[in-house]
Amino acid sequence: MALTQAEIDAEIKDHQDAYDKAVAGGAPVRHHPARDYPPYRSSRLRHPKLPLVAVSGGDPETVELSGPVFGVTDITEIDNDLTLQHRGEPIGERITVSGRLLDRAGRPVRGQLIEIWQANAAGRYAHLREQHPAPLDPNFTGVGRTLTDDQGRYAFTTVKPGPYPWGNHTNAWRPAHIHFSVFGTAFTQRLVTQMYFPGDPLFPHDPILRSVTDEAARARLVAAYDHDLSRPEFSLGYAWDIVLDGPSATWIEEGR
Amino acid sequence: MSTTERPLPTPAHTIGPFYGHALPFPGGGEIAPPGHPDTITLHGHVLDGAGAPVPDALLDFWQAAPDGSLSGAPGSLRRDPSTGGFLGRNGVDFTGFGRVATDADGRYALRTLPPGNAGVPYIAVCVFARGLTHHLFTRAYLADGTDPLLDALPDERRATLIASAGAPRTYRFDIRLQGEGETVFLEFP
Ligand SMILES: [Fe+2]
Repeated sequence: MALTQAEIDAEIKDHQDAYDKAVAGGAPVRHHPARDYPPYRSSRLRHPKLPLVAVSGGDPETVELSGPVFGVTDITEIDNDLTLQHRGEPIGERITVSGRLLDRAGRPVRGQLIEIWQANAAGRYAHLREQHPAPLDPNFTGVGRTLTDDQGRYAFTTVKPGPYPWGNHTNAWRPAHIHFSVFGTAFTQRLVTQMYFPGDPLFPHDPILRSVTDEAARARLVAAYDHDLSRPEFSLGYAWDIVLDGPSATWIEEGR
Repeated sequence: MSTTERPLPTPAHTIGPFYGHALPFPGGGEIAPPGHPDTITLHGHVLDGAGAPVPDALLDFWQAAPDGSLSGAPGSLRRDPSTGGFLGRNGVDFTGFGRVATDADGRYALRTLPPGNAGVPYIAVCVFARGLTHHLFTRAYLADGTDPLLDALPDERRATLIASAGAPRTYRFDIRLQGEGETVFLEFP
């Protein structure tokens, strides 16, 4: 039996209160979501119950302290412009999303692969198994790739995705978001996440966003509208920096 | 570059159900050059806490080259600049990176060359799935032996990290996300 949004909201509040109370009592801040987060129903059978095992740092032979590399052969010229990938222009509010990719010491991560995917302006993925009865856009696939530049910068041109319904509970809707898959210099830094748009009224009700129980951490998933990045007669600009967690070989070599 | 400014990390999120047209790529599970005589196959199921197959997991793999090099090489997603399609790896460089989505039966298979890392050879695995709010790291060891991680684990947990040799040059490595026989998952503080 599907739960109502009010019941999910109550569960979200319980988890939020428990986290806030724990932090007030001295527990560490959690930057990442708990893997066991019951309001997100699909998590129930898909999270380990035993604690993670720490791999002691400092051994430069540790395979995960290095990682895959990508280059100009792995992308094409228009991969970072999702509005150019078909004969016609996609429907929607044209936007640019740009920012920097940094490691946890604040240094730019250069030449690494960022992949994105998103719904179209109507909230529909160009994915054959998706059944949401919103229109497909023949001029929008919603997939992009780019390599960060020498300052760790990236930029995508796309259209703003729409919110969409999902089956977590009755009348469940995801806030508009763009999925990001990011590589650092080490496999330990691997990140898959979602970027949101400021001021979305669905934020309080979304179990996926709320699985990040730290309010400041949640805020780091929301891009900022930046008028200086908007281009006259063309697009609205959003700024979003990405900070990778996890150690890397270079990070350890330089003494943290 | 100053290291005094320490930004806080961007939180992870689930990969969700709709990455299928974005992340998997043709030849993602074929790290070994086609027809290479040293090719090994790593395969298995991804299973949930009820023992049911997970048909929408995505696995990223990273490993040392056969000579032990950890420098990798570009070209895993080599593209055709005119059509935008995928050309496959060039068959010469060993990229060390693979990516496979599980099939409807929760299975994956990776064809690669034996990793030449120091100590017991292993392939690093990163697991993503709908319902998994934050990815999981594990390792598929291709043999048992003296290893700082394995030696710190009780026997039954140690066994979850060691792929079982089947047919020649074939290793089975199941990933159990939860419950009996739960795979050892790793963190890198
Ligand atoms: Fe989504």
